[in-house]
Amino acid sequence: MNELGTALLDWLDERLDIRRGIEWATHKQVPIHRWSVFYYAGGVCLFLFLLQLASGILLLMYYRVGADSSYESVRYISSKVAFGWLIRSIHSWGANIMIFCVFVHMFSVFLMKAFRKPRELTWVTGCVLLGLCMAFGFSGYLLPWNELAYFATNVGTDIIGQVPVAGHWLLKLVRGGNDVTGATLSRFFGLHVAILPALLSLTIGAHLTFVQVQGMAHADESPKTMPFFPNFFLRDVMLWLVVLNAVAVLAVFFPWELGKKAEALASAPAGIKPEWYFLSQYQFLKLLPGKVLFIPGELLGIIALNAAGLFWLLTPFWDAVVPQEKKEAAVRLVGWGGLAALLAMTIWGRFS
Amino acid sequence: MRDFTRKDFLNLFLGGGALGLVASTVYPVLRYLLPPEQVEAEPDALKVGAVKDFAVGTSKIVKFGPKPIIVIRDVKGNFHALTATCTHLDCIVQYSKDADLVWCACHGGKYDLSGKNISGPPPRPLTQLDVRVAGGDVTVVKTA
Ligand code: FES
Repeated sequence: MNELGTALLDWLDERLDIRRGIEWATHKQVPIHRWSVFYYAGGVCLFLFLLQLASGILLLMYYRVGADSSYESVRYISSKVAFGWLIRSIHSWGANIMIFCVFVHMFSVFLMKAFRKPRELTWVTGCVLLGLCMAFGFSGYLLPWNELAYFATNVGTDIIGQVPVAGHWLLKLVRGGNDVTGATLSRFFGLHVAILPALLSLTIGAHLTFVQVQGMAHADESPKTMPFFPNFFLRDVMLWLVVLNAVAVLAVFFPWELGKKAEALASAPAGIKPEWYFLSQYQFLKLLPGKVLFIPGELLGIIALNAAGLFWLLTPFWDAVVPQEKKEAAVRLVGWGGLAALLAMTIWGRFS
Repeated sequence: MRDFTRKDFLNLFLGGGALGLVASTVYPVLRYLLPPEQVEAEPDALKVGAVKDFAVGTSKIVKFGPKPIIVIRDVKGNFHALTATCTHLDCIVQYSKDADLVWCACHGGKYDLSGKNISGPPPRPLTQLDVRVAGGDVTVVKTA
């Protein structure tokens, strides 16, 4: 390091004790074994979040929220603004790939049993992050105010209205009225660009702090490791570059469509489907009949889906009480079973 | 029983105050977030067009007060009017000429022309409205 660099480092070190941080990063070790590639999944999610942040801020410069302006401004971005189509396409593709990576990260953590003590809270914050990402996807989906988004939002918010007792009240809170209108659009916009980014940033902060404090979980007995800095870190960054290129290629060759503008007095178009990450829930709700005994099918379905989500969130806690000799089998059953069910329902939903 | 000390009094006082502070902040915020009720009177009758505007086997969605309704002229030429909001999860239904019934694209729910839910997930029928045809005009009237 040259003199100026050293001087700067000294200056900072005197005030912020940063040499200790650097020291610590070089001592941190990442385990090496045949599943090591999955250690990169979380980093990729983080990178995609940063990409969403950057492209989202750029979109904000032209986007105008409102039932008479949202659709028009997105069309303006994609047709008139230089590279507007690219930014919008990157934001849409990035969002989808990010959710995909979150799923990969989650299932790999689950199957490597990295949620076990002392990492229970890391797992729980991770589940919260998945929920926030899906809320991001759901709220962002409405913002172009097109036909598909309009009906997806009708259905999705109606589900909130099914909650016993407080349902109607919650529905009004989310929709900003009894129906999906420009008022809903404003709320979703606020959620998407202010509330969710704040919550997600805070939760990511906690999640990463936990990961740093506890280090990476060993998936097997192999004692081999590599230093986090610079070995693992540089590999991380290299992968981020690959991901950035993949998103760019998809965005360029498969630009995101805008569709038809939403209209309150039009029938839901044939073939309407939610985004792929809601397809499994969608298919499940579609299968249920109007009434199961006395209970409305949709209510039953929503209770079942929430129970499944809660069970998943509480994984480290039920795992802790499963008897030792059954532990491995239980995790394998829930992990692979859950993954298989999710995939099957998603594919069925896609092609039905 | 222990005496009620000065400390207890202060704890109660401060605790109550803190609770009051939270409540007096949260309540207005929650009320603020709930939009004021917009009363849009539901009309008793609405002229939806002339008979000649409705070809046989077509439908039209119009607003009846705050809610959309679907006015159908079926393949036999008869008129029907139903609320258009699917009772399942709020999508807007459509008339399918080929099957001569009402269909919801969101999860494939089906209703007959009287609004009865006949297959798929919808749990309840659509509400039927009366249609009066007089002097070449089609008028939808709320069923008493
Ligand atoms: S919203 Fe009509 S069938 Fe689900």
